[in-house]
Amino acid sequence: MSEAAVKTRAAEADALTQRLDALTLPEAGFTAAARADALARLRAMGLPHPRDEYWRFTDPRPFNAPLPQPIPLEETSPDSPLFTDRDRLVLVFVDGRFDAAASSDLALDGAEIDILSQAETRADHWAGALYGKLEAAGQTPVPRPFAALNTAVAADGVLIRVTGKPAKPVHIIHRRASAEADVSWHHLIRLEPGAELTLLETGMVGARSNGVTEVDLAPGARLNRIAAKRAGHQKLGFSGIFARVDAEAAFKNFELSVNGTLMRHEAVVEFVGDDAVAHVAAAVLGDGRTGPFHHDDTVFVTHGAERCESRQVFKKVLKNGAVGVFQGKILVKPGAQKTDGYQISQALLLDDDSQFLGKPELEIYADDVQCSHGSTTGAIDETALFYLRSRGVPKSRAIVLMILSFLADALAEVEDESLREDIAERLDAWLTRHA
Amino acid sequence: MLKINNLHAKLEDEDKQILKGVTLEVPAGEVHAIMGPNGSGKSTTSYVLSGRDGYEVTEGSATLNGQDLLEMEPEERAAAGLFLAFQYPVEIPGVGNMTFLRTAANAQRKARGEDELSAGEFLKLVREKAKTLNIDAEMLKRPVNVGFSGGEKKRNEILQMALLEPKMCVLDETDSGLDVDAMRLVADGVNALRSPDRAFLVITHYQRLLDHIQPDVVHIMADGRIVKTGGPDLALEVEKNGYADILAEVG
Repeated sequence: MSEAAVKTRAAEADALTQRLDALTLPEAGFTAAARADALARLRAMGLPHPRDEYWRFTDPRPFNAPLPQPIPLEETSPDSPLFTDRDRLVLVFVDGRFDAAASSDLALDGAEIDILSQAETRADHWAGALYGKLEAAGQTPVPRPFAALNTAVAADGVLIRVTGKPAKPVHIIHRRASAEADVSWHHLIRLEPGAELTLLETGMVGARSNGVTEVDLAPGARLNRIAAKRAGHQKLGFSGIFARVDAEAAFKNFELSVNGTLMRHEAVVEFVGDDAVAHVAAAVLGDGRTGPFHHDDTVFVTHGAERCESRQVFKKVLKNGAVGVFQGKILVKPGAQKTDGYQISQALLLDDDSQFLGKPELEIYADDVQCSHGSTTGAIDETALFYLRSRGVPKSRAIVLMILSFLADALAEVEDESLREDIAERLDAWLTRHA
Repeated sequence: MLKINNLHAKLEDEDKQILKGVTLEVPAGEVHAIMGPNGSGKSTTSYVLSGRDGYEVTEGSATLNGQDLLEMEPEERAAAGLFLAFQYPVEIPGVGNMTFLRTAANAQRKARGEDELSAGEFLKLVREKAKTLNIDAEMLKRPVNVGFSGGEKKRNEILQMALLEPKMCVLDETDSGLDVDAMRLVADGVNALRSPDRAFLVITHYQRLLDHIQPDVVHIMADGRIVKTGGPDLALEVEKNGYADILAEVG
């Protein structure tokens, strides 16, 4: 190793030590062993570096600072809150801590809901066997240091075990109370055989945030998760979702992301039973005019069972120097015959300054499978734009319609029509403001 | 209604002159046809009139009821009463036909200082017009032109025309890609919209569309100019003898 390389490594080790020293570990109960294990794993793997294969397009160093830069609280939101005009069970987190007074009663027919910080000390809690397990399993073959960090230090989160089919969705809402909060949460979602749940997650995240959700779907379970967290400007955020999908289960995940200086969303899905379905989709909007924008979706889907269907549908709209990244992988293990895997990642660049970096990967060890991917980068179709304008639609509105048209495939992944309409309205409002 | 005078236009990126002095007047209530061989500038005329990007007008004028069309954005031309029925209507996935139609109709009403139509009023209006054009209500629910047959796309153009009630309609090779029955249906739609205060400019290669949409005046276009103007008989002459005779005659 050269002298320079030795120095670099030493500096990185230093950064890790500083980061770890700055952490306050929560009072742990049943998660203690998992947290200690995660911390040991993090020490062994170190913090990520642009040298790492899966960090080549996104410089992780801003995440590595011991503490985030304070970001002033948002005064008002230009949008009305999402999903509020329906019956829901609301769970509010302020700077990553559960706020019981602002939340609904936790009782829900067909589900058992606890709050991590409150349940920690309880003996024989179901979550004890799950906490950090799927995250740890998701570290192979690609290390995910920020997810390990999360498991070690997450202050709070929800623990939902669903046994039936609750009549209403569970809605997690994030709020900010301090400018400098370094927020982390860790949710565990376990659906028992045949159970169904719709999980919504919205709200404004902290100056720096790190959220991990572990999803464990038993045979025949169905989870629809729709996240539309608001990054606001200048924020740094990491989120990881780790899903284990058993036979005939269905996992549908949709994320809407707007704004944010540096956002990295990782989704790690593994099929462990036959005939299951998993769709991960996202619509991402970034405008560099209101602050730097870099958004990275990194997805890893492992087909470890037969006849499973996976879909990755990612659409990014970028302007004024915004950068979008997509790294999507489908791994088909030996014996995962009749796999049906598909991924599409597309970027609509609204000017010459924006950038999309895509890395689709397929790794297939079974011989009777159907796997494909597509990735495109393009501008708005001038002919279609002219068509709309020739009918009297003003140019700015015509552009919004064309962008909504571009995003339609991702939005179609939201099954519920009224939820889909809410998201479409939010998209429309953002696009109109940023026209 | 529409006055085009000595219109010259070229492609923005190339030096190739396409229109070399088109002069033409379409009075209210009349239907004029432009016929001509491939590459004569028929479609370019329609694009320049409607304001498509990529063309540069180097000389001449085009006015609609005295308003200078060439100074306006495409959406302003539409609000002023110009409508272009596309040769190849564009598919726009993810945007509902109904949303599109209502956005267009209300944008034009707003531009003209008229009240916008509510969703309910608009739905009623669309259903009524769609029925007269034999358009399935299902088609209105689908994304704009996506999965439409050639005939459905053209009928959708005519439906837009019926809803937007333009003063001056330019039909760019509306007959292309249509079978005889579809062509008749589209022609019926156009004929239903004929009125003393509306004019049509029908661009076509073939005479057969003009069997169904009877023109008052026929213009022959060649090499970027109107080279001959006559009555409906001129179209029959083209059908019988081709363009060669006429082009030879006008030199």
